[in-house]
Amino acid sequence: MSTGAVAAPAPAAPARRRRRLTERARSERRLAAILVAPALIVMLAVVAYPIVDTIVLSLQRADLRFPNANKFVGLSNYGHVLSAPVWWQDVLHTAIITVIAASIQFALGMLLALAMHRTAVARGLLRSIGLIPYAIVAVVAAYSWQLAWSLNSGWIPHLLGLSGDPLSHTFGTYVAIIVTEVWKNTPFMALLLLAGLALVPDELLEAAKVDGATAWQRFWRITIPLMWPAILVALLFRTLDEFRIFDVIYIFNQGAQGTESISMLNYSTLLDRLNLGLGSAVSVLLFLLVALIAFVFIKGFGAGAAPGRSTPR
Amino acid sequence: MSVGAATQTTAATRPRTRGRTGFLGQQAKREVGWSGALFIVIVCSLIPVLWIVMLSLKTPASATDGSFIPHHWTLSNYKDIFNTGIFTDALRNSIGIGLISTALAVILASSAAYAIARLDFPGKRLILAVALAVAMFPQISLVGPLYNLWRQIGLYDTWPGLIIPYMTFALPLSIYVLSAFFREIPWELEQAAQVDGAPPFQAFIRVIAPLAMPGIVTTFIIVFIICWNDFVFAISLTSTTAAQTVPAAIAQFPGVSQFTVPYGDIAAAAVVVTVPVMLLVLLFQRRIVAGLTAGAVKG
Repeated sequence: MSTGAVAAPAPAAPARRRRRLTERARSERRLAAILVAPALIVMLAVVAYPIVDTIVLSLQRADLRFPNANKFVGLSNYGHVLSAPVWWQDVLHTAIITVIAASIQFALGMLLALAMHRTAVARGLLRSIGLIPYAIVAVVAAYSWQLAWSLNSGWIPHLLGLSGDPLSHTFGTYVAIIVTEVWKNTPFMALLLLAGLALVPDELLEAAKVDGATAWQRFWRITIPLMWPAILVALLFRTLDEFRIFDVIYIFNQGAQGTESISMLNYSTLLDRLNLGLGSAVSVLLFLLVALIAFVFIKGFGAGAAPGRSTPR
Repeated sequence: MSVGAATQTTAATRPRTRGRTGFLGQQAKREVGWSGALFIVIVCSLIPVLWIVMLSLKTPASATDGSFIPHHWTLSNYKDIFNTGIFTDALRNSIGIGLISTALAVILASSAAYAIARLDFPGKRLILAVALAVAMFPQISLVGPLYNLWRQIGLYDTWPGLIIPYMTFALPLSIYVLSAFFREIPWELEQAAQVDGAPPFQAFIRVIAPLAMPGIVTTFIIVFIICWNDFVFAISLTSTTAAQTVPAAIAQFPGVSQFTVPYGDIAAAAVVVTVPVMLLVLLFQRRIVAGLTAGAVKG
């Protein structure tokens, strides 16, 4: 995988060193530049400009309620954020949700993928229905579960025989939020893992079976190692997504009951309290954490497979 | 090692091993087991959807009775939401903004993906790296600066104010999915056209574009679903019915008083906004799965 990334530029290198490109190669490059430029410019302009702006704002005292009091304050916004208990609490909340939700999604997603891989019965129907939670609007999914859990309106408290409102305390709210995330995102996880399962040759499993390997051994020794790149990509996607959790928490309770995530804090600092300086510092810190997670996955476990292999030929 | 060698021989002699007569009984039993498990999965997938449909059919008085199936059926919630400007305007905004953002993203991504899949040029890895970075970027981190900038240049609470971020965040996935599709196209045809004297651009438009249509349609659907579902930008960059999309509007439905939740209206709006996506998914299920996994795994 990493070899793919390293090897790919090699054939191009001698061509680049050649003093005179052929007319054809030159026109090919010109065409490529024209074709790629618009997408690249849009991505850089819409993302890069705000990033720079965020970093600049994070170094200023900038509060929309006092527009004329802007002032360069160095790193003091970061000092404020990092010394505030609410930041560390929100990091903890986000980490709890991310780790639990992503783990459950992985376990269930793997079972679902194995089931879809093994069964021949109505596979198309199953995939369609499995896609429904994925395709449903996140806000709708959040409402559906919130209204189902709430003692006022829902059927879950009745089903479980609860007397109190599960959404009125922290534990119940976490359970409800994690159930929502798992329900919505497990199918996507399963699809990615299913594509990975397709890379495992049936013949290899059959041969191991003939050699006397149990189903459990076959799964751990053959299936898992062979689909490892797909597993890492799926886990990376879901972990990053869970870490940025916003919609579901916003709909459930806007971060009450000790469920405020970093994204929720970022939103409320920026748009409720209109404190752009502090909010931008939170944005930069969130971005750094996301980058750190991606870095750990890519360098630590070698999940670079996807971008590396994508370098064509 | 020995396992690997064994594979090759089996692969050569017996391409398909499943369902051999000796194992048929056991195999059939296992199929039943897996199918039973899948039945549970189906029920779990559908219950929240059914629940929101049921809730949307309850009368306001019985909305809080906690039963799964309504005691009194009514369509009044649907009548309600279509009679209020908030929802119909939001629906118009969602459709318009979604279609325009998707179209722009797919056009830009198609040309970039063509170059990535087909042409040899320096900087190919740069654009893939930029796309990956954009895909991983926490969108909420852009909300502050965009909010600020949009207010200064008058894009706050307008269609372009949402179209620009939607298009941008749809680009990475579009580029990955489309370049995966484009790599599967038989490019000899294009060379044939070029041998016949067509310049590269014409070869692209006349020969390759029709072959690329399935991939483009798939990407269009996936991207449209993403734009249709967005909540972060919709809630932050709009404030009135001028540009508010349905997810943002639902979250701000007014109750009869500040302390009553308009359960029925929320549920009915949720059903209406879910139906188009559900239809797309059911119709194009196979392609969407192929597109999503191609973009992510082969990516």
